[in-house]
Amino acid sequence: MIIAEGKPIAEVAELIKDAKKVLMVGCGGCVTVCLAGGEKETGILASALRMLRQQQDNPLETVEVTLTRQCDPEYVEMLDKYVTDDIDCIVSLACGVGVQFLAERYPKWVVPALNTKFAGGTVKHGQWEERCGLCGECILYRTGGICPIIRCSKSILNGPCGGSQNGKCEVSPETDCAWQLIYDRMQALGKLDMLLEIQPVKDWSKARDGGPRRVVREDVMIS
Amino acid sequence: MVADFEPKIVAFCCYYCAYSAADLAGSLRLQYPSNIRLVEMPCSGKIDVRVILEAFEGGADGVYVAGCLEGDCHFLKGNIRARKRIGYVKKLLDEIGIGGERVEMFNLSAAMGPRFAEIAAEMTERIRRLGPSPLNKAYKKEPASSTAG
Repeated sequence: MIIAEGKPIAEVAELIKDAKKVLMVGCGGCVTVCLAGGEKETGILASALRMLRQQQDNPLETVEVTLTRQCDPEYVEMLDKYVTDDIDCIVSLACGVGVQFLAERYPKWVVPALNTKFAGGTVKHGQWEERCGLCGECILYRTGGICPIIRCSKSILNGPCGGSQNGKCEVSPETDCAWQLIYDRMQALGKLDMLLEIQPVKDWSKARDGGPRRVVREDVMIS
Repeated sequence: MVADFEPKIVAFCCYYCAYSAADLAGSLRLQYPSNIRLVEMPCSGKIDVRVILEAFEGGADGVYVAGCLEGDCHFLKGNIRARKRIGYVKKLLDEIGIGGERVEMFNLSAAMGPRFAEIAAEMTERIRRLGPSPLNKAYKKEPASSTAG
């Protein structure tokens, strides 16, 4: 899922300082799971902003809605009835995708309440970690299911490098050396010989390159 | 500081300890400040950040959660989780200028009636010292009557 983290309340308050009435939109997707922008977090942020503004004698009115997903027009359009003329600003508690989908649909000032961090998963309750670098061409089958693109600090394809010390990466004693993990895993799987094959330079044109990437499935298109 | 300030304090009390302790304090005819509004909860771990914020938004000057002694939670870890959430709310209240010291977590057992009264007094005293919450409409900032009395 996409992992995000709330911006400091003061920062969001600054972004909406000129607004009297804001529409606060939570997202029921990834950011609900990583406890950054679901219904609950929307309620907490709205309450905090109202209290902050009340102290400045500049009361803020909030309308809170949480959509199933903000990255899908069919759910975003459910917001139409809430986006009235008196709404001065929309605060999106989704990842950057949701913010943009709202901004594309409504001629309103849309601001993000979260910082979108990475594609990752829950390692334990309350802790999320990056697992995928979204490079566009998966090579996990060559590395025992451990991604060197995102988990190796250098994203090298023929590791480990000289900075691997006792299974840790030289950038931080808390970071496992991805290539040590890969080696151990391949050894356990009896596939160490696969690591002998030198990997050529990765084709990064499939990663972030040349504008937004697009996936098209003509067979499921309705019109 | 505002003269004659009587704080409004909401106490979220676990049914298995603090709420029973309040009962015991009553049976023992112990005196404690009438500033406390009790809310019974099935466990202190039921406390939600939104509920605490709602109390402050509604004008409460202080809020506390009272749960069982650590290790004694009827649901094993409810009070430990409540304590963590209180820590989170403290930071949030500091961030929005209300002040984290207006919220607190206490632990006591059902047999500790006198301690319940003590906590009520302790919290009332603390909030009285801090003054009214900036959101308490009854004491809107800078009351003009400082010469009165």
